Amino acid sequence: MTGRAEQARGGTGAKTSGATGGTNDRPRQTSGMAGGTSGATVDSSGAYGPVQRKEDARFIRGKGLFVDDIQLPGMLHGAILRSPLAHARILSIDTAAAQAHPRVEAVITGQTLAARNLSWMPTLSQDVQAVLATDKVRFQGQEVAFVIAQDRYSARDALELINVDYEPLPAVIDARHALDPDAPVIRDDVAGRSDNHIFDWTAGDRAATDKVFAAADVVVASDMIYPRSHPAPLETCGAVADLDQITGKLTVWSTTQAPHAHRTLYALVAGLPEHKIRIISPDIGGGFGNKVPIYPGYICAIVGSMVTGKPVKWVEDRSENLMSTSFARDYHMHGEIAATRAGRILGIRARVLADHGAFNGAAQPTKFPAGFFGIFTGSYDLQAAHCEVTGVYTNKAPGGVAYSCSFRITEAVYLVERMVDALARELDMDAAELRMKNLLRPEQFPYTCPTGWQYDSGDYPRALRLAMDIADYPGLRREQAERRQRGEYMGIGISFFTEGVGAGPRNQMDILGLGMADGADLRVHPTGKAVLSISCQTQGQGHETTFAQIVAQELGLSPDDIDVVHGDTDRTPFGLGTYGSRSTPVSGAAAAVVARKVRERARIVASAMLEVAPDDLDWVDGSWQVRGDPEQARSIAEIAMAAHSSLELPEGVDGHLDAETVYNPPNLTYPFGAYICVTDVDPGTGEVRIRRFIAVDDCGVRINPMIVEGQVHGGLADGVGMALMQVIAFDSDGNCLGGSFMDYLLPTAVECPSWELGATVTPSPHHPIGAKGIGESATVGSPAAIVNSVLDALAPFGVRHADMPLTPANVWCAIQGRPLRTDLAIT
Amino acid sequence: MQIAVNVNGTEYSREVEPRLLLIHFLRDDLGLTGSHWGCDTSNCGACVVWLDDTPVKSCTVLAAMADGHRVRTVEGLEQNGELDPIQVGFRQCHGLQCGFCTPGMMLTARWLLDHYPDPSPTQIREALSGQICRCTGYENIVRSVRWAAEYEAAGRLGDSEAALDRPT
Repeated sequence: MTGRAEQARGGTGAKTSGATGGTNDRPRQTSGMAGGTSGATVDSSGAYGPVQRKEDARFIRGKGLFVDDIQLPGMLHGAILRSPLAHARILSIDTAAAQAHPRVEAVITGQTLAARNLSWMPTLSQDVQAVLATDKVRFQGQEVAFVIAQDRYSARDALELINVDYEPLPAVIDARHALDPDAPVIRDDVAGRSDNHIFDWTAGDRAATDKVFAAADVVVASDMIYPRSHPAPLETCGAVADLDQITGKLTVWSTTQAPHAHRTLYALVAGLPEHKIRIISPDIGGGFGNKVPIYPGYICAIVGSMVTGKPVKWVEDRSENLMSTSFARDYHMHGEIAATRAGRILGIRARVLADHGAFNGAAQPTKFPAGFFGIFTGSYDLQAAHCEVTGVYTNKAPGGVAYSCSFRITEAVYLVERMVDALARELDMDAAELRMKNLLRPEQFPYTCPTGWQYDSGDYPRALRLAMDIADYPGLRREQAERRQRGEYMGIGISFFTEGVGAGPRNQMDILGLGMADGADLRVHPTGKAVLSISCQTQGQGHETTFAQIVAQELGLSPDDIDVVHGDTDRTPFGLGTYGSRSTPVSGAAAAVVARKVRERARIVASAMLEVAPDDLDWVDGSWQVRGDPEQARSIAEIAMAAHSSLELPEGVDGHLDAETVYNPPNLTYPFGAYICVTDVDPGTGEVRIRRFIAVDDCGVRINPMIVEGQVHGGLADGVGMALMQVIAFDSDGNCLGGSFMDYLLPTAVECPSWELGATVTPSPHHPIGAKGIGESATVGSPAAIVNSVLDALAPFGVRHADMPLTPANVWCAIQGRPLRTDLAIT
Repeated sequence: MQIAVNVNGTEYSREVEPRLLLIHFLRDDLGLTGSHWGCDTSNCGACVVWLDDTPVKSCTVLAAMADGHRVRTVEGLEQNGELDPIQVGFRQCHGLQCGFCTPGMMLTARWLLDHYPDPSPTQIREALSGQICRCTGYENIVRSVRWAAEYEAAGRLGDSEAALDRPT
């Protein structure tokens, strides 16, 4: 039974009506398709297609290896004591009773770390963050002490034995008051700092934008909050640190999306020699950006291993994860859009107040303090745009980018898509018609937007038309009108998004000075089996499968013939890791390029085997073939064996086909999509039900359409959570009100509809295989569609805006004319 | 205290603290790390195992409560070297991504099909509504369970070949 069952074709795609396909490797050719199910139209001659995942064999048997699964002989367990207060001076820390606990081996405080110059660490945004607090605590949940015990329960017990004397200080919770003259100064650790200001950042041309606005027929303005949320991967963050006392080698298994960057940072921060540090990112139970930064717990585990001479495991609990690790969003936005009375959009401008918490721990490229928010002009043909973003400190957990947001493009897309809907309302024009009128046209690509981003390729009207066809948009509008007659409130919401993913060109993008390129090594064994080592790694995206497909496609091999090594700095080339949807655009490109290098080396060997000049060989059907003589051909496997044999090799090949490369992307890739959400709102309870969600995505060439669709599904569910359920709110004392899954509500199977997907394929012209990133598209694009849909349903009540999450209480209050301030418990 | 628990058909006798959670007993004492811990508050379901014949969230069951009972974990789904159709379904239909929620999802799904062999997508969603997946958006999990249901239905009719070819 089992064998046959495993070989059977997957039966996905029951409800997809505009499905994917067309995975050719000719980047300049575009193709649009509708109909069929997942993979039905895929070219079966290549290695691309909906092949099942290699990773699944271990996961379905419960044989994955996650950080908390690691057990080492003599391993100790760490636990962190955290601040109960949002802002307080530490007067004293008494650890004597904890140290006297019979199963406790060590207690580490900020003083312990200070002796090693480790009580502060750099963040990914040129700030510093306390590892264990020495002077003050600056958010509820901040790390104060670290207990190391013989088992995890004893470590927790001993936390109760530590006495910390705090002097409470007034806290800054509402970002709008962070810059008030009398606001308490949070970061008095920085000499000379007298306020809570972090940065001002602008993009676009203010004068040109003001001119466009002054001349416009219509200007619509709206204030909106993209509230603080948390990616909440199901596996929390953790690490196992093991310092070998004899060799001096430090091995750290940790929940990291960027093992190489972490290794370098540990070396720089701790003064450890980098070749003596090995970071292993084993199976990761979801990342979503939460696992990009280095957290105090990792440092504590490492120091714990140094202090005790034994391996130390630290795994945070769920409350620790939600209250102290990188949050997302927290953008307070004022948007304005200018247009002609006929519905021609002329310009857009925005002012943003960005709440970065107590330490600026945002993980984003150095030159972009507001991430890629500058892409807020969206998918439209505008004359001018301008935005300004001000970042401030508050007494909340640090962070500011995490959660599948493509470096703030989530916020940017939400802003522009809400503004376009607000404009449609003002003009009394259909939201789809207004978008169709203003979308960039295919002939405008490559297109440089008013804030300077160069979109690589796109056919936007085609994607929107396909989404409208799948939805039967005119039919939905008719139904909506009929229902309104009956007093039923149905909403139809649209979002059209342009993403920019694959950071990035190293002359423009770096993280703490490390250019955002990625490496790949490819070894081809004598029998033609290959091992690809990559610098990014999977947290569920299926790299072991798709990267094997990329190489297989280039070399005429089966994906089964290629193993992908990832997530271990001793076994893989340097690179910046997996986040911002960058794996396929950067590392995937590296995989294709290194495979092509191998192919060229194989050509030289094949020329010796076939006794012809290399130029007389053509690559046809996975073999090097003598031009005009198809019988004279050699496969990669045959060539690999010859390369290792006694065959006299020509210049340029020394005895194998192996190659390595570093890929420095020339530009981001710009996936896009058209989403339509249909909701039903109960005005009596404020409850929102998502009836349908249609998502047409264009991510260029699809390596594995099954996996692409899975990425979209997951992002859509994220959108449901953010739009309707999830928020990390605070009370006026800075108590986090979203500190467990009892309070921080994530969507389950009953809140999510059966997604209806469609695809168009517009290859990236600069990516080696024409692919673009897809991991975050749906998270970026879906919240605006859902909010637009709910507000469309509420139009008869005169509701023009309400902030996420649109919980029943918030929707009901909006209907009553007084929408809630969702980021604060007390308004 | 001394407890004796039958896990996946094997008897284990261990000295444990009375407060030890079943999930930690399984993972740390027995080394069965397929069941995962995710939230502490019975919300996420990553820790779902069977206690006797019922799915439970093992983060809120004491190991002591399993004394004298049977526990089935993901490691016990595969029988005699053959994958359970639920496991095959998850693989066939891309019902997992990071794999962290997968063991709990599969154990609840196995229970569902044992009691309701032909569940509708809505029934599947309701059955799994106490469990959270952050990756898949649930659609492919629903398809995975339907795949297994159809496979098993065809198997009962002696027509397993047809089950494999049937679109879902």
